[in-house]
Amino acid sequence: MMDALSLVRDFVSIAFMAVGIVFVLAGAIGVVRLPDFYTRMHAAGVTDTLGAEMIVFGLMIQAGFTLLSAKLLLVGFILFLTSPTATHAVANAAHRAGLNPLLSRHQPPHPGDDPEGGAKP
Amino acid sequence: MMGWVNLISLLAMALAMAIMLGRLFAGPTLYDRVLAANSFGTKTVLLLLIFSLLVGRADGVDIALLYALINFVATIAILKFFRYRSLEVALAQMSLRRAIDGDDE
Amino acid sequence: MIYGVSLSLVLALLWWVLSGYDKTILLSFGAISVIITMVLVFRMRILDRETAPFYRLHTLVPYYIWLGGEIAKSNVAVLKAALKPEIDITPRLVRVPVQAETDLSRCVFANSITLTPGTVTIEIEDDAFLVHALDSAFTSPDGFAEMNQNASRATDGVPS
Repeated sequence: MMDALSLVRDFVSIAFMAVGIVFVLAGAIGVVRLPDFYTRMHAAGVTDTLGAEMIVFGLMIQAGFTLLSAKLLLVGFILFLTSPTATHAVANAAHRAGLNPLLSRHQPPHPGDDPEGGAKP
Repeated sequence: MMGWVNLISLLAMALAMAIMLGRLFAGPTLYDRVLAANSFGTKTVLLLLIFSLLVGRADGVDIALLYALINFVATIAILKFFRYRSLEVALAQMSLRRAIDGDDE
Repeated sequence: MIYGVSLSLVLALLWWVLSGYDKTILLSFGAISVIITMVLVFRMRILDRETAPFYRLHTLVPYYIWLGGEIAKSNVAVLKAALKPEIDITPRLVRVPVQAETDLSRCVFANSITLTPGTVTIEIEDDAFLVHALDSAFTSPDGFAEMNQNASRATDGVPS
């Protein structure tokens, strides 16, 4: 009985970690492939949010209900709080320094206030 | 069995870090490099977590916690340095004036 | 007062999780450090609802669970966009109107936009955010309005 329970726990942990690794690798590949700083930022966000949290959850399931698991939760919480702040800081610094994003249409760098303005080319 | 899983995860994380290192060296602008360094740090935290469970020592989790905090502070510090030292001084003065006036959000 | 009590409870829990001791002498050291921190906090007068937002946990936790679902959905979309054999993305820069009563609500909303992959807040203005989106699929005004409403309900208790 105990053996079956630990087997289920192992498989759930493996599933979480596999999903996390897929997201981390996809984020890394996206950072290399995408054409522009602002678009690469989104790919890095994939790594920082879902990939990191999935791996932390998988490790927590491995560690069981211990103090180590609480520490892992704390690491996940800190990553969850700091990664969007860091992303926003980098993006805001790039925007303030005048780095223009590559947009899909020839819009001005500060577009009007119409979110759905015009059709795609 | 979990040892093998953790070992494979460790190798995958190292592969992702190597890919990210490519962007760190190739990045055309400063901000690409800062972004890649920040993402590299996040992956380092995850690698430390997996490593500490792989070798069965809980100390690595504390180091990973510190690394996550230092990574965040370092990113902000690099951005602040490059913004106020060598980019546009006018922007810095504008931001300072806004801070003194107190209407900074 | 409720802020002080909740902050000291959280600090004590943090100390215990990070150290993991259970001897009385060491626990008393932890209690002393929590008391010193609380004295400093009261002397600095920085204790308000933004430094100790723990009393809204019963609405913030369901909000972040809902946000987790949104993050998972848009993560899959960004994953597909990044791994397609040929890249066809339409990056957009949109201005999202914000309705928020307090700074905490604005902060939670901007943080949620940045947490959701595919959209990043790059500039904060008086009543709007400048948001860069990876694809025009991420920039539906209804989605932003729904997120804004949920965020202000979770932080302020009233839908704006």
